[in-house]
Amino acid sequence: MVALNSYITLSWLVPAFPLLGFLITGMAKNRLKNNQAGIIASILVSLSFLMSAFLFFALRSSGQESATVTLFNWIAAGDLKIPFAFLIDNLSVTMMLIVTGVGALIHIYSIGYMHGDDRVNSFFAQMNLFTFSMLLLVMGANYLILFIGWEGVGFCSYLLIGFWFKNPAFNYAARKAFVMNRIGDLGFILGIILLFFTFKSVGFTEVFSQATSMHSGTPLVTLITILLLVGAVGKSAQIPLYTWLPDAMAGPTPVSALIHAATMVTAGIYMIARSSILYNLAPLTMNIMIILGLATAIFAAVIGLRQNDIKKVLAYSTVSQLGYMFLALGLGAYSSAVFHLTTHAFFKALLFLGAGSIIHAMGGEQDIRKMGGLRKKMPVTYFTFLAATLAISGIPPFSGFFSKDLILSKAFENNPLLYILALGGALITCFYMFRLLYLVFFGSQRLSTVHPHESPRVMTFPLIILSILSVFGGFLNIPSLFGGDSRFGEFLNKSIISGITEELGSATEIGLIVSSLILLGLVILYAYRIYVKKADIPVADGVSTNIFSKAIENKFYVDEIYSAVIEKPFGSLSDFFFNKVENKVLDPAVDEVGILTSKLGNLVRKLQQGNMSFYLFAMVAGILLFIIFILIV
Amino acid sequence: MKEISSAIQLIPLENYIVLSIALFSIGMMGVLFRRNTIAILMCLELMFNSVNLLLTAFSAYHSDPSGQVFVFFIMIVAAAEIAVGLSIVVMMKRNVDSVDINLLNRLKW
Repeated sequence: MVALNSYITLSWLVPAFPLLGFLITGMAKNRLKNNQAGIIASILVSLSFLMSAFLFFALRSSGQESATVTLFNWIAAGDLKIPFAFLIDNLSVTMMLIVTGVGALIHIYSIGYMHGDDRVNSFFAQMNLFTFSMLLLVMGANYLILFIGWEGVGFCSYLLIGFWFKNPAFNYAARKAFVMNRIGDLGFILGIILLFFTFKSVGFTEVFSQATSMHSGTPLVTLITILLLVGAVGKSAQIPLYTWLPDAMAGPTPVSALIHAATMVTAGIYMIARSSILYNLAPLTMNIMIILGLATAIFAAVIGLRQNDIKKVLAYSTVSQLGYMFLALGLGAYSSAVFHLTTHAFFKALLFLGAGSIIHAMGGEQDIRKMGGLRKKMPVTYFTFLAATLAISGIPPFSGFFSKDLILSKAFENNPLLYILALGGALITCFYMFRLLYLVFFGSQRLSTVHPHESPRVMTFPLIILSILSVFGGFLNIPSLFGGDSRFGEFLNKSIISGITEELGSATEIGLIVSSLILLGLVILYAYRIYVKKADIPVADGVSTNIFSKAIENKFYVDEIYSAVIEKPFGSLSDFFFNKVENKVLDPAVDEVGILTSKLGNLVRKLQQGNMSFYLFAMVAGILLFIIFILIV
Repeated sequence: MKEISSAIQLIPLENYIVLSIALFSIGMMGVLFRRNTIAILMCLELMFNSVNLLLTAFSAYHSDPSGQVFVFFIMIVAAAEIAVGLSIVVMMKRNVDSVDINLLNRLKW
């Protein structure tokens, strides 16, 4: 016990390393040369990872479930007492390992990827600031520190999406991400305020210990959970706020891997898993989450079918996988959601880094129709990408199989219809991922102007590590069906109160797995026939005549609808207020006040003649008048 | 304190008040009607000291020493103030070669 506490007080080092990295690379950005910034940043994030691993083992060997580390008292005003504290428990340690582990690999990769960019030092400063914020988010012991991290990652995401700010389209994407997140954040902060209003505290332990005595379906708790959900929907890119994530691909590819696939977008999942006790009290919110998650999973997967930009495909796939996590959360299977979050962090980071390697080799080309035949030229990228594709498609024994199957079986327990829809989404996922794989790596090269070559070792090394994790990550949590003990789930369930308990019969489960595997195999074969045998290259934009495929190509016109329904009316309203109210009413009113004052001043200034005797006389006369007034009245 | 008070109290309070009023009025008239800046400053001092005199008198009659302490403060502040005033007069003499207050009429807007 004593030993644990003395180790755990060192937990502030975990976020301190990236912060130090941010300060060094940020302040010395005009002095650091070549790869220095990247090396410093990578080393510090790696140290942070080692520290997290150390905490993980300290926590596990101590047998303690959680520990709170209070650094200092942050806010103390009346009832409001908020310490700056970290909560170290199984959930937060898991998240810390993901953030720092995947983060360190992506930092190392970025040394190669960003080599030669003239703002590379700023890039690493911002990446380190992001890591710091993300660690605050997952380590904070109350909702307010979580919120600091929440806003911090949103801000860093804005900076990094618009990293190449000379391109106006990228700037627009950055602004869009920021505004979309802001809508969610508004709900989130309202939720925190309502939490404080209800529980008189925002600390996790205080709130949850009070919540355990509440009844299920309390309206106030339902409202709180819905408001928090709005925040999560914004951050984790669910319907209706998902449109920022595909556009966020404007940022450099390592950013997409770290922020928009592995870590930041999972903040919403983490927050809901952390608040599991509150969500268990709100069945209504759980149902909303099931619907949103499932709708997002399928909708985004369908859009992903006809995207031709390699990063856009992966972006829609991320949205879709986040939908699965929301589905799991809605079903009360919080630990399954976090498990899928973990495996998704591995294979999606790998996919993005692989995509970055491909883009790097293709000289900046992102259109998969122009690639092809890269299998021979880039063997490391090919094999790692293949591993990630198999993992995301849910082929055993790759990690995605275990995590996705867990969610699917939970869905089946709840309602077979949910299972069928979720499986449909998984099949679509499988199809577009193999379409991507075949188009990029098989066939013959379609763009003759570039000469693809394997990426440098600093880039392939993270790919290899991540592919090992993608392949074997699932073994963390082997279900009892395969003779495992669901160790990861049990580990997490110490910090999360699961909403469901029952297990499926093993016969049903084997049936489900076998049928889904057969379907997946058929889908892969179908994709192989279309894209390898027939070498069917997708047609150019705007050529397809089928209404439905046209709608998919245009992402179901969601951006256009948002633009017409919200952006345009809001713009014209702003114009109206500017032209009519601001220019015709407010500005003249302010001007008139100024003019009136100076006119009055002109009247009175005649009194100031500069004659000293007169001043003295006026003063004495005034005093006399005053005395007379007092004597009379 | 007691002995001093009794010595002062030999003279009736009215006399002090009348003297103070007389000094104050003289000072005020001087301020209003003199044109020499130095004389005006001297008249200001006269007004000051009439008030001081009244304060000490009341203080003695009430057997309360705090009034007398105040007078010391007022005298110190007055000394500081007159230092500023006289330096203005010196500057005035240097600039316009006169100490007539009516020449100093450019202090306006």
